[in-house]
Amino acid sequence: MENQAERRHAIDISSIRTISHNPGKEDPCLHVENLNLFYGQKQALFNINMVMPKQRVTAYIGPSGCGKSTLLRCINRMNDLIDGVRIEGKINLDDQDIYAKSVNVAALRRRVGMVFQKPNPFPKSIYENVAYGLRIQGINDRHTLDEAVEQSLQGAALWGEVKDRLNDNAFGLSGGQQQRLVIARAIAIEPEVLLLDEPASALDPISTLKIEELINELKEKYTIVIVTHNMQQAARVSDYTAFMYMGELIEFGRTTELFTNPVKQQTEDYITGRYG
Amino acid sequence: MDKKHIGQHISKQFNEELEDIRHKVLTMGGLVEQQLEMAMKAFKLGDIDLAEQIIQNDEQINELELIIDKECMQILALRQPAAFDLRLLISCIKMIPELERIGDKATRVAHMTVQLFNNDTGKRDDYYEVQHLSELVILMLHDSLDAFARMSLDGILAITEQEKVVNREYSAIVRQLITQMFEDPRNITRSLDVLTVSKALERVADMSCNVCEYVTYMILGEDVRHISHEEFVAVVSGRKGKE
Repeated sequence: MENQAERRHAIDISSIRTISHNPGKEDPCLHVENLNLFYGQKQALFNINMVMPKQRVTAYIGPSGCGKSTLLRCINRMNDLIDGVRIEGKINLDDQDIYAKSVNVAALRRRVGMVFQKPNPFPKSIYENVAYGLRIQGINDRHTLDEAVEQSLQGAALWGEVKDRLNDNAFGLSGGQQQRLVIARAIAIEPEVLLLDEPASALDPISTLKIEELINELKEKYTIVIVTHNMQQAARVSDYTAFMYMGELIEFGRTTELFTNPVKQQTEDYITGRYG
Repeated sequence: MDKKHIGQHISKQFNEELEDIRHKVLTMGGLVEQQLEMAMKAFKLGDIDLAEQIIQNDEQINELELIIDKECMQILALRQPAAFDLRLLISCIKMIPELERIGDKATRVAHMTVQLFNNDTGKRDDYYEVQHLSELVILMLHDSLDAFARMSLDGILAITEQEKVVNREYSAIVRQLITQMFEDPRNITRSLDVLTVSKALERVADMSCNVCEYVTYMILGEDVRHISHEEFVAVVSGRKGKE
């Protein structure tokens, strides 16, 4: 009897931890405040407010044309390149307003890297693709470049597959490998934030899983914002999810909550595949 | 959240699959309810034929449990449901073992009936002690299944409140039986039979409350297991619909 009591006592369930889908306290990284965006007369984003935490993955989901990509592109000021775009409101990256006049956009884009839906390697060797960002920063020391290329390729989980053919043309890689190469190129310059716009939508399921696994590893170092049409992908890779609809942020919260018990009916209808 | 909500998926096939699962759980619930009613009737009347039929019917309940389990698993794997759909499936997966166990309780009573009345000595006993308890418990089971069918929390507090009444009644029966056994040891055999049936009914009341908890989870997304009745009342009364 005594033994049994002792055994019971020895089991302490506080030591049983669930896999941490629910991180504790968060440090804010990106702070979007009253953001409105207009393409000419047409308003595309309506009064967006959200705080994306550091070293976490935030996913934007929503139907086509709801403004997810537009919002994502605001974060590294890619929308500046489009004629007739007007932006009101603020986006703070570590308390610095990225739309302030004093901000150097090129420097901002070094801090906020971006990967697009279609892999877009440069028509260069694998090595040169990754070294490109460093070279335009004026770094040409072979040893430094070698190290950065290896580290970035390893970070993008591609090193093992390409280490023996670094001088081959990047176009010879498969789609999934090209996408990881592009991610390697983005992380070579050590940004703080990585924006991923549908990074796996053109890839096969296995390459998709590799990219997702990579995202999970990358968040140790980077704050990641991902736009995806694939809701299950958002559910798998992200810590936070934002649901957008017609330019408005309908709901933003922890992914585990949003996918099991969303607050808004619109979110519920969208994630369960009902008429919105 | 109401029943109509299930039928609004863009995928008609998904609508049908969910509706089919809901329908099967309701069928299983109806069967279990019928088994319990019949078991209590057979016990009261000493109807061996009815009791044997109950024992046979249990097969169907077990079979339904397997079918529903399999279909839920298929939907989870193939459709990756979220939000209400996910909670509906999880609730079904959790509810059907409860229903299956209630079915087992009914079968247990049926087995007892066969045993007791097989060597019929002509002595009749209507086991008056358990009559009221069985009526209470059958109603609780009925109402909790009804809450699932309607997908509504209306009246769910009344069901869980009823569990207290059942517990009180059960304790009263136990006290009464102890007294009878003290008075005359010849009462012991009969008292133990009554005790077994009362205990089965008391468990069915518990399981009906568990069904209510899963219905609450399905509708509100709140896990209400292992909390006090007061907390449960607070959760259900403070419920909010989707904005």
